[in-house]
Amino acid sequence: MSVKKSASFRSVLAMPAVKWALAALLVGFLAILPMLAFDIPGVFPGPTYTPGTLQLLAFSMLIAALALSYHLIFGVAGLLSFGHALYFAIGVYGLGIALRHFGMELLPAIVVVLVAGLIIAAGVGALSLRVTGISFAMVTLAFAQAGSVLVRKNPGQLTGGDEGLALDTTHIPDFLVGVLQTRNLYWLCLVVLIVVFLITSWFQRSRAGHVVIATRENELRIRVLGIRPYFVTLLTFVIGGVLATLVGMAYLLLQSNATEKLVSADFTLTLLVIVVLGGVGYRWGAVIGGVVYTLLDQRLTAFASSDTVGSLPDILRIPLSQPLFILGTLFILVVLFLPGGLAGVGARLSQGKPSSHPPVEMAKEDRMEVPQ
Amino acid sequence: MSTIVLLLITGLGLGALYFLIASGLSLIYGLMGVLNFAHGSFLTLGAYAGWELARRLGADNWGTFIASLVLGAIVGAVFAAATEFFLIRKLYERHIEQVLVTVGLALASVALFDGIWGVDPIYVAGPAWLGGTTEILGASVPNNRFILILAAVLILLAIVAFLKYTRFGLIIRAGVENRSMVTALGIDVRRAFTVVFAIGGAAAGFGGVLSASYYGFVSPAIGGSLLIFAFIVTVIGGLGSLAGAAIASALVAVLQQFANFYLGGTGDFVVVLLLAVVLLVRPRGLLGSAVA
Repeated sequence: MSVKKSASFRSVLAMPAVKWALAALLVGFLAILPMLAFDIPGVFPGPTYTPGTLQLLAFSMLIAALALSYHLIFGVAGLLSFGHALYFAIGVYGLGIALRHFGMELLPAIVVVLVAGLIIAAGVGALSLRVTGISFAMVTLAFAQAGSVLVRKNPGQLTGGDEGLALDTTHIPDFLVGVLQTRNLYWLCLVVLIVVFLITSWFQRSRAGHVVIATRENELRIRVLGIRPYFVTLLTFVIGGVLATLVGMAYLLLQSNATEKLVSADFTLTLLVIVVLGGVGYRWGAVIGGVVYTLLDQRLTAFASSDTVGSLPDILRIPLSQPLFILGTLFILVVLFLPGGLAGVGARLSQGKPSSHPPVEMAKEDRMEVPQ
Repeated sequence: MSTIVLLLITGLGLGALYFLIASGLSLIYGLMGVLNFAHGSFLTLGAYAGWELARRLGADNWGTFIASLVLGAIVGAVFAAATEFFLIRKLYERHIEQVLVTVGLALASVALFDGIWGVDPIYVAGPAWLGGTTEILGASVPNNRFILILAAVLILLAIVAFLKYTRFGLIIRAGVENRSMVTALGIDVRRAFTVVFAIGGAAAGFGGVLSASYYGFVSPAIGGSLLIFAFIVTVIGGLGSLAGAAIASALVAVLQQFANFYLGGTGDFVVVLLLAVVLLVRPRGLLGSAVA
């Protein structure tokens, strides 16, 4: 009896209308969060209406949106890119430079930076998609490295080098400037996350999305069907890149500062960690991974400098005082023992069987042994 | 003329460092298809091990220097073999997960080094001769460049001899050519995996001690920054090819030095450009075998 009941409950949950209603409910809850005094000690630094907590939540939503854009490239198209931070950095630095050095208004600046992100993503993508697998990873890494060098070299004093680039607020509307307006920035970040999520969903369901997914599974078959996967894969790469640029601009408005860390290979690796932690191939996985990772990182940093850790003997204190050590270890454990990540666990618990869209079949190399 | 000689020898010295990392990367990739992001950590740990030893024994004599090189190599080898045994082996034939595990290990180990030795560079001393210079055709070349080049050549010869004249070497070479055939012949290739990792780790740990001498300091980030260039070298040379890695190391490092000097510090860009050109014209690299 109970089995039947829960099965019908599941089928209700799977109905599109119910899904949208639940999503709308969640968005509505997140939207009114700044009005509520919701406090989870140990997770948030304070009640949800305080600027500190809102800032952290907004930041985690941006990281989630960025992870979604990476999900499009890694999870959907199955491309292991090590250069995704580059497009994010184009958003952050591009908007910063347009506002500070060219004195542009906010809206035209946003459009110009988006176009720049589009052009660079298309150029790099067109080049690097000529190779596959590990070589693709290397080429994207090399381009991101070139971007990182460019930012550090500080050509024409544009990027500020090691010191970073502060946001020039002259042309930014007042309601987006200052700690007291964190609430508006929070809503802005929520909108960015929703927009990125909707575009990702729409793309995955479009014809192009189906072709990309099919290419990931079996490229030879797609070629036999008479479709050239190159342009569709490139399109995915470019959409992922432009979305990352969009998130980068919101990041600059939220954090008011661009630092060279955002261009580094380590930042892309962080994205990779987030997507795998959340569950490769799951849209919700990327979002959950982004939020969990950001909150964990923030709380572990606080935990690391706490007295509890400080009073431990060296052998425990040193590893525990390094958030990245704990996160890296956690990541290894997830890869070894939880192939579907957090979303995979959720799917298995709620359905009692493997999900309808399983995590990416990752053995790309194996497929390439097919004689051409 | 003297500038060109100096740039050339310094470039070869840097190329020697690249080679010490790239040789291991290339062998590991060639045999197992694993792109090892933790390889930089093997190097960093080797460098710190060498420094710890030198600090205890007194850094300014040759005995200590050689002992720290040996210790660096051993530490690198043990770390690498343990990585293969505990992490990589469980994910046999799942290439992307193997890459992910090494990414996790790289992040975790660098954080651990930060915790143990601090983020700031630690300046290292060595035998007095290493800090001096030698006049060659009017150029004052720092002596440690010669040691680097000599060491890289010796390591190259040692690895080649090992691959050519030992039974394990034979299995490894055969495994790179065609792994399923070797397995079908009843040979356990997995034992060769651990050996290859150990060799790569030893070369990296050895390179760590030498890189501390080249840069004059050790820092947790030292391995990661060299690793990116080693990746580029490996791809340019052809994944899986030892000779390709050797040629590409020298080529990339010398080009980088010359571009840094004559083209206003654009060395890193020129290297990336070279990579792009090589991949467009010849995607399998200079000496790589069939396209993956």
